[in-house]
Amino acid sequence: MNEAVKLHFLVDGEDFTSAGQASVQVKKSLRQLGISPEIIRKVSIAMYEGEINMVIHAGGGEADVVIYEDRIEIDLIDHGPGIANIDLAMQEGFSTAPDNIRSLGFGAGMGLPNMKRYTDSMKIDSELGKGTRILMTVNL
Amino acid sequence: MTVHEMAKTLELTPLSVTDGEREFSGVYIGDLLSWVMGRAKSDNVWITIMSNINIVAVASLADVACIILAEGVTVDENVRTTAEAKGINLYSSEKTAYELASMLARIDV
Repeated sequence: MNEAVKLHFLVDGEDFTSAGQASVQVKKSLRQLGISPEIIRKVSIAMYEGEINMVIHAGGGEADVVIYEDRIEIDLIDHGPGIANIDLAMQEGFSTAPDNIRSLGFGAGMGLPNMKRYTDSMKIDSELGKGTRILMTVNL
Repeated sequence: MTVHEMAKTLELTPLSVTDGEREFSGVYIGDLLSWVMGRAKSDNVWITIMSNINIVAVASLADVACIILAEGVTVDENVRTTAEAKGINLYSSEKTAYELASMLARIDV
């Protein structure tokens, strides 16, 4: 693989039931590229959590996935309310998700921790009222 | 052991069986989807009472061998057809998660 493979997705913030489409598409693409199942699992779970977060908190957003020879980068950008306290948000069990989201089985406060757990590096830039950008890297 | 053999032994009701010959290994029980994604392992049997459409995506991304809905939980037809379309093995059972896990502990060697 000489040239990086780039994937771009719009994450629909309205439709909670279809959330995860971008992650499933990424999973398919990685499989076609012959990436190992464990890497595929890490990337797709991290991406799904990011997607769900954008739907729950930010009214959707955009996701860019770039597959290089030695790593996969996932860049998530939204224009939602931003994260007030990133350290707190990174703690397992902390969540600001509303009750209707919790009744669907989300909002356990595991989204960001899972994204960190399944990637080799994660950088969060967030500004209140402007939005959030999360860049994750999984090494190949 | 294959998912099909396990389902027969536990007398599960098949809702979507797309790869009954898949071998399973280990069990994970949980209803909080992010928790399941963080902790369940590939090829696990996943026992849950959560029945909304998102379980299909979670099962696919976490790469579990199958989902068992415990305690007689039912799913909407669109969940069943989505599971079929995404290649997810989905079963239901009247038994509790504990009863299912106890039986699985005896056969999962």
